[in-house]
Amino acid sequence: MFSYILKRIAIAIPTLLVLIVISFVLMHAAPGGPFTAERELPPEVMANLNAKYGLDDPLWKQIGTYVWNIVSAFDFGPSFVYKDRTVNEIIAQGFPITLTYGLISFVLAVLVGVTLGVAAAIRHNSMLDYIAVGMSIGAQVLPNFVMAPILVLVFTLWLGWLPGGGWQGPEYWILPVIALSTSFMASIARITRSSMLEVLTSNHIRTARAKGLPERRVILRHALKPAMLPVISYLGPAFVAMITGSVVVDIYFSTGGIGKAFVDSALNRDYAVMMGVTILVGALTIFFNLVVDILYGWIDPKIRY
Amino acid sequence: MNVTRTLASSVLALSLAWQAQAANVPDGVTLAENQTYTFWLLDAIKSMDPQINTDAEGSDVLRNLFEGLYNEDEKGGLVPGVALEHEVSEDGKTYTFKLRDNAKWSDGAPVTANDFVYAWRRLADPATASEYAWYMELMQVENASAVVAGDMAPDELGVKAVDEHTLEVKIDAPMPYFPQMLVHASTFPVPQSVIDANGDNWTRAGTLVGNGAYTLVEHQLGERVVMEKNDTYWDAEHTVLQTVIALTINDVNQGLTRYMAGELDRVDMPAGQYPRMEKEYPDQATSVPYNCSYIYMLNVGEKGPEALKDVRVRKALSYAIDRDIIVDKILQGGQHPSYNWTHWATAGFEIPDIEYADWTQPERLEKAKELLTEAGYGPDKPLSLRLQYNTSEDHKKIAIAASQMLKQIGVNLTLDNYEWKVHTDRMQSQDFDMARYAWCGDYNEASTYLDLMASYSGHNNGEFFNDDYDAVIKDSKTAEDPLPLYQKAEMILADEMPIIPLYHYAKVFMLKEDIKGWPLDNLNQSWYAKDLYRVAE
Repeated sequence: MFSYILKRIAIAIPTLLVLIVISFVLMHAAPGGPFTAERELPPEVMANLNAKYGLDDPLWKQIGTYVWNIVSAFDFGPSFVYKDRTVNEIIAQGFPITLTYGLISFVLAVLVGVTLGVAAAIRHNSMLDYIAVGMSIGAQVLPNFVMAPILVLVFTLWLGWLPGGGWQGPEYWILPVIALSTSFMASIARITRSSMLEVLTSNHIRTARAKGLPERRVILRHALKPAMLPVISYLGPAFVAMITGSVVVDIYFSTGGIGKAFVDSALNRDYAVMMGVTILVGALTIFFNLVVDILYGWIDPKIRY
Repeated sequence: MNVTRTLASSVLALSLAWQAQAANVPDGVTLAENQTYTFWLLDAIKSMDPQINTDAEGSDVLRNLFEGLYNEDEKGGLVPGVALEHEVSEDGKTYTFKLRDNAKWSDGAPVTANDFVYAWRRLADPATASEYAWYMELMQVENASAVVAGDMAPDELGVKAVDEHTLEVKIDAPMPYFPQMLVHASTFPVPQSVIDANGDNWTRAGTLVGNGAYTLVEHQLGERVVMEKNDTYWDAEHTVLQTVIALTINDVNQGLTRYMAGELDRVDMPAGQYPRMEKEYPDQATSVPYNCSYIYMLNVGEKGPEALKDVRVRKALSYAIDRDIIVDKILQGGQHPSYNWTHWATAGFEIPDIEYADWTQPERLEKAKELLTEAGYGPDKPLSLRLQYNTSEDHKKIAIAASQMLKQIGVNLTLDNYEWKVHTDRMQSQDFDMARYAWCGDYNEASTYLDLMASYSGHNNGEFFNDDYDAVIKDSKTAEDPLPLYQKAEMILADEMPIIPLYHYAKVFMLKEDIKGWPLDNLNQSWYAKDLYRVAE
């Protein structure tokens, strides 16, 4: 197991490097640059800016310097657009915010989603099943960019219970969490339900029941664990997607989170921030895929690394 | 040097000043307990550094944290800021500013002429790499271009401190509107000691030292900015608002919802909402002229389509577009249909008699068809052009309307939507036929528009190179009364039609009825929180 983890980490490094090079090249290939403005800058001003941000070097040198700064000093450089901040600072400010609402959403989505899925599977074709399936399909077809403004309309404007946006304390977390978690919750419920249904008809469950085990024990001890396998492979990337935030949540609830930086940095051609968030998400994705694989080995004894 | 006392204008400014400083609360008005003002920002503030900031929203915040030589009053006129008055030399090229001796930084240090010298050199210094370094060049400060290009040291810039409270600026050519340019945030003073000690981090809340009426107490990037009244400000006594909060809300509709929920005191209105809001909330819905102008730029240069090199075609396109429909049916927010470039409400400017502006739309259409036929286009040889615009619902609606209008004269318009950077990049590499363009004046004077169409301008993406136009602009720089020349320039634009003017902007917003002192008549809509106050219900 240990050598497997080491091997995976060894593969992760070149993967990240490839990600950096491809993103870097693609980013610079997009028309316009960070300093493209409606007034074309005089050449002398442009030259000063390019010199300050190292944009006058050949691309290979820029990539080299960039990677070297990360490796040697964990320095992701200054933002090209938020000029008095570094990428490290921007991520340090925005990431804890998305991490907070992302983690809460994740826990909520897993708890509610799995419970709903299991309940629906056990009471297959009952009213409970129909309600659970109906709700999860409903939640999935209602995109969060529709849900977010409706939430603000209802809970802020009409009821006046919750702030419509901002990030000042726990009462500001509620609406973003609802908006972010619902569709994940729905997916988890559906995956759990179908996986559970399949497991419930398998041989070892029949054996367990034949042994006369109480149904509760059959479900919790023998069915749930194998039924979780497809859910867990879904949760790995979903977890990364949630903790790195959502552009919709950040825009509609003005959280100041890092999710919006994805879109903004691309549109603003803020090369440094764009690279920073790409690497962050890349590294997290690689890491949590590894976690998922390790969990797999733990849940399913047939899998051995 | 023979120096004359400045003219009526600055004496007038001075006399106005003593009434207009800080909040001008009329007698008998009861102020509210709560003196907090919360306003809306579309986006995160990109920089709190006056010499680095490039956008209007940033300037809205900076005007409260810093103070330049002059401020604007509620009508956009100049009133003393750090400078009390100025003198101009006879040749019009040397300005001497008398600075007040009671101006202080928020750390208690006095604001001196050296702080301005430092800030201005810093703006031009290649090491700062400011995107607005060109503003020093636009102001024609002596040696600005050479300093920006790195050919001269920053201390050779034409600005010096004669003594603690006297600032002298030399400019290359006389420029009557020079003082107007000094309200721009990039000319605000900055504290050298704080910058030297903290580097790029000097703009953080808690570290930032300013000389404005407010200090920065909190800045959560993309979430909020909180400013508190600065007790060291020279006119703190007359400053009423205690706390000023800016909330970033990236979606206009969401902003309006939160305004309605009482979270904001001011918010811009989404397009098309004005008629409804005006009916329902007449005390809050506001529309005032705003210093921006919307056009379609035509590519008349080498790389442009052959058809657009013919002035008859350009005119036909312009005549065929019905501005009234765009303004009354699409925007619906009090914008003005336009047939010229400079905003109609610009100070000291009057729109000349542009013939086609007075025609009825059927007359314009008739003429457009005639011109197009003359130019050799018709059913047998239809004209096809591309129109590009940057992503926005409004631009899209206008473009669709324009394509329908041009269809009436047999022109097929293909619409291309690009994100902002691509749109701009294509325009700047002359890779377009017609392109949506708008400009917001840096200051309230016609040259901020008219300079843009000169052949040497960085904005002239359509490559309209016209010697007469350049000559008129050049002459206007030194003219005693530039208005006739500005009008002549507008006439050249109407005759040559390198741009199709569509409308002049209005600022359309909701403002809580208990907030008073908003500068409704200020075309730049430059506001200072120190001038605002909240009255008791």
